[in-house]
Amino acid sequence: MGKILEINGPLVKLQLPETVIGEQVRVGRIGLVGEVIGRDGDTALAQLYEDTSGLKPGEVAEGLGWPLSVELGPGLLNAIFDGVQRPLNAVREKSGDRMARGVSVPSLPRDRLWHFIPDPRRRNATQVDGGDTLGSVQETESIVHRILTPPLIHGELLDLAPEGDYTVEEVLGRVKLADGSIEKLRLFHRWPVRIPRPFKQRDHAVKPLITGQRILDTFYPLLKGGKAAIPGPFGAGKTMLQQQIARWCNAEIVIYVGCGERGNELTDVLEFMPELKDPHTGRPLMERTLLVANTSNMPVVAREASIYVGITLAEYFRDQGYDVVMVADSTSRWAEALREVAGRLGQMPVEEGYPAYLGSRLAAFYERAGRVETLSGDHGSVTLIGAVSPPGGDFSEPVTSHTKEIIQTFWALSKELADARHYPSVDWLESFSGYVPSAAKWWAENVDPGWEAARAQALDLLAASEELQRIVNLVGVEALSSEQRWTLEAAGLIKEGLLQQSATDEIDSYASPEKQFALLSALLEIFRHGMRLVKLGAPARRLIQMPLMAQARRWKSQHKSEDMDALKAKIARIPAEFESVAMDYEQPSSPIPAPRGEATTHAERRAAPRD
Amino acid sequence: MKNIEFRTAVSAQGGLLVMGGVAGVSAGSRVSLKDHAGNLRNGLVIRSSDDAVLVEVFEGTDDLDLERTWVRFLDEPFKLPVSRDILGRVFNGAGLPRDGRPPIISGDRRDVNGEPLNPAARAYPREFIQTGISAIDGMNSLTRGQKLPIFSGGGLPHNRVAAQIVRQAKLLGDASSEFVVVFAAFGTSHADARFFQESFEESGVINKVVMFLNLADEPVIERLLTPRAALTAAEYLAYDLDYHVLVVMTDMTAYAEALREVAVLRGDVPARKGYPGYLYSDLAEIYERAGRIKNRSGSITMIPVLSMPSDDITHPIPDLTGYITEGQIVLGRELFNQGVYPPVTVLPSLSRLMKDGVGKNFTREDHPHVASQLFASYAKALEVRGLAAIIGAEELSDSDRRYLEFAQGFERRFIGQGEDEDRSVYETLNLAWDLLSMLPPESLIRVSEDELAKYHKGSA
Repeated sequence: MGKILEINGPLVKLQLPETVIGEQVRVGRIGLVGEVIGRDGDTALAQLYEDTSGLKPGEVAEGLGWPLSVELGPGLLNAIFDGVQRPLNAVREKSGDRMARGVSVPSLPRDRLWHFIPDPRRRNATQVDGGDTLGSVQETESIVHRILTPPLIHGELLDLAPEGDYTVEEVLGRVKLADGSIEKLRLFHRWPVRIPRPFKQRDHAVKPLITGQRILDTFYPLLKGGKAAIPGPFGAGKTMLQQQIARWCNAEIVIYVGCGERGNELTDVLEFMPELKDPHTGRPLMERTLLVANTSNMPVVAREASIYVGITLAEYFRDQGYDVVMVADSTSRWAEALREVAGRLGQMPVEEGYPAYLGSRLAAFYERAGRVETLSGDHGSVTLIGAVSPPGGDFSEPVTSHTKEIIQTFWALSKELADARHYPSVDWLESFSGYVPSAAKWWAENVDPGWEAARAQALDLLAASEELQRIVNLVGVEALSSEQRWTLEAAGLIKEGLLQQSATDEIDSYASPEKQFALLSALLEIFRHGMRLVKLGAPARRLIQMPLMAQARRWKSQHKSEDMDALKAKIARIPAEFESVAMDYEQPSSPIPAPRGEATTHAERRAAPRD
Repeated sequence: MKNIEFRTAVSAQGGLLVMGGVAGVSAGSRVSLKDHAGNLRNGLVIRSSDDAVLVEVFEGTDDLDLERTWVRFLDEPFKLPVSRDILGRVFNGAGLPRDGRPPIISGDRRDVNGEPLNPAARAYPREFIQTGISAIDGMNSLTRGQKLPIFSGGGLPHNRVAAQIVRQAKLLGDASSEFVVVFAAFGTSHADARFFQESFEESGVINKVVMFLNLADEPVIERLLTPRAALTAAEYLAYDLDYHVLVVMTDMTAYAEALREVAVLRGDVPARKGYPGYLYSDLAEIYERAGRIKNRSGSITMIPVLSMPSDDITHPIPDLTGYITEGQIVLGRELFNQGVYPPVTVLPSLSRLMKDGVGKNFTREDHPHVASQLFASYAKALEVRGLAAIIGAEELSDSDRRYLEFAQGFERRFIGQGEDEDRSVYETLNLAWDLLSMLPPESLIRVSEDELAKYHKGSA
């Protein structure tokens, strides 16, 4: 038993000999919990997860004997936890609408019964290894929770309970370890959050994560098991985009970590998610979702921990063979929590007050993503999407620049686009994805072999229009040639008819890969037909005024992903629409011969803007 | 401990006092201090150890000596006595009366720091508040329980805008939906404080206003307490007495500067522009006290005013605020110089909660689309205006010239309005359609075809 020596914000100096760095401590009469972050002789320095006001020097302090850990077992899904895995609904029942300090509630409900079905493979087994499936619990209608042997357990399985209803604490089986000691198995086990859960080996990521957001899936794909960052200044629509991903992505489990963000936004997720159906299973989305919420006004040290709590939960579901997506909003707040503690420790700041270990901590965190072969030989993945909130929207600041070096997919949000209410405001010039070749294989096999070429063509068009726009800004649109004007118009069509996507529009909110590709190729087809006519001598002005141009911009919100036939019928009429215009120019006297087949080659079109 | 007076001051400098030989003082405890002239000062324990205690003195350490300074540790956090009688009263930053009337006597004293709300207990703000200002109602609407700051700059009429919101704010179709107002001013001038006081008096709401004032020439450290005291009063009014409370706080920049001043004294490691690394957490503690709670009928809607140093929206104070609040109303110097009131620069302005508070069951079905269309058309119109400045308006195409006219009309008629003009949201939306009708219908792709047929004046 030790005592408090000094209180300085969330840091307390304790007299606590023999404590281990990382050990959980309980201090003061009200029993605030924290973790030891340093030792100096008999004194230990601890950071507390709760507000320290009212603590007095001389009050008691004790080490709890384990590091910050999470409880892993049935009861996780559909729950909302704080940054140190306290279940917020249970805390509310106990202490009211406000977060009272020193409240201790077990993370998983202790009185609830779960129907456990033993795995047939364990029926006559004598040996059991870490990660082996002991059995399963149907946790929600859409998710089977596999009960795993804790990773570090290897030994002789002495007995295993038969099918039946059990609480998480009841002993289901016993394992005799190599040293002769007996380990009891339960529906849940604990795992320290700062240590990555073990797996057999890393796999290649092969399948794209389909989010239903056109600019992401079609232009800057992310793979299951990949790492992505969403940097954006405030008001750029970062939170909306992340919520869209959490709602629509085709992962089996979604973990949303609200790290130092707004309380009302989490309430939005909490109220809105239960009403939504998973587009892939038709079940309520909450059944596959788990929230970790540490809002900006909650204690800063718990904010630092919340990211690790989230990723450990993600790894646990990965180990069961699921594809998991974890969204961390925002990693900048986590970095700021690091900075705050480092500042109070008097550590030498490097860039903008951040400690020198910021980059290595960020890298180690993102490396916990990946597609792996689990200990039991299954395959699962953790896809990590981190929001970054750069101060003043400056992407050269430390958190954004360190993150950029680690991740593979970068969805840069732009304030200019958001100001014009172009959502999602993903900047098509600043963003990148290192996963395009892998994603292209999937698109070619599952949607259309022309995906990679069409994507590249659309991006070329957008880049070309950017150059043209610069000219227009200097000398006006009248200075452009007809071909250039048509290029500009077609880029506008792609921006408004494809890239812009309304999260609040029922139809537009989600687009299947098929719909995404149909729209993309349709808009490119319009471009090609128009370009052919322009080369025949048709003025771009006339083409721009075609009713088709306004209609095509609305297609995205007129047809659901399930209603592809109607959309395809409209697309099929594109040639006819141009035919009526073509009549006036396709005369034999036309000075330019009509090209055959593909209207413009890649090279020709690239050259056009530079005429 | 409460009754023992210590005279063991070891050092005093720039608002901080170190007390030696005092053991067992609780962190965050309130301190009462008597100086050599017998005047009482207030303080707060910010660091406590076995042998030394660091005290922040609100009134500063000027004219203080070590030998004749008597300190009592009250062993409790700063508390604000609350009762129904606070309505109509004026307090200083620490919650003591400054209107010459007796102090509030109440057994109910609340810790001004509050406790964070359990995220699972929050109710999502959905009820549209009509402020009567088109730029807000039409394009960046406010909902009950939201925190929507006004980003302004020196010399801009943010106070007049805030006062107009206070006068006109009401729920649609609910006459009884009056707000009570908690007004907190810190670091503002006497003139500004008087402007608000007179504005409240004129509009007859003064008996429903609680004011907390810490003016520009008053103790800086007390500024750190002022918003907390005000919000404690607001929480009491909202959650105990079921009022809908509108909290107006001005100026958050002065607050952050006070925080920086104290942080530097304490030797905290600076992050950006000398502000401490915990500026974000500290601001969040204040802003996040807005909101609604499940099963309670009251609410706290917050309108903080902050002046952006040199009109720079990327300065740490507006930047961090924007990351915490649910949007921002940005006032711009350009519009102001053109004589437009209120000079709301709509493009960088935003209301994050608008999507759930407008439309079919709240205002009118076309509202979200109209707002989005106005943003898009005005953004395009500004591009055209930029072009016209280079090549001359004569060189513009017909359609571009219509955009120029639209921009003009939008700024003068839609954004611009009288200080006493209280437009209903329907008037605002009709006005928006008047303006959108200046543009060809085929360029309006953010509104649906049905809405075009119904409201666009050119397509009838």
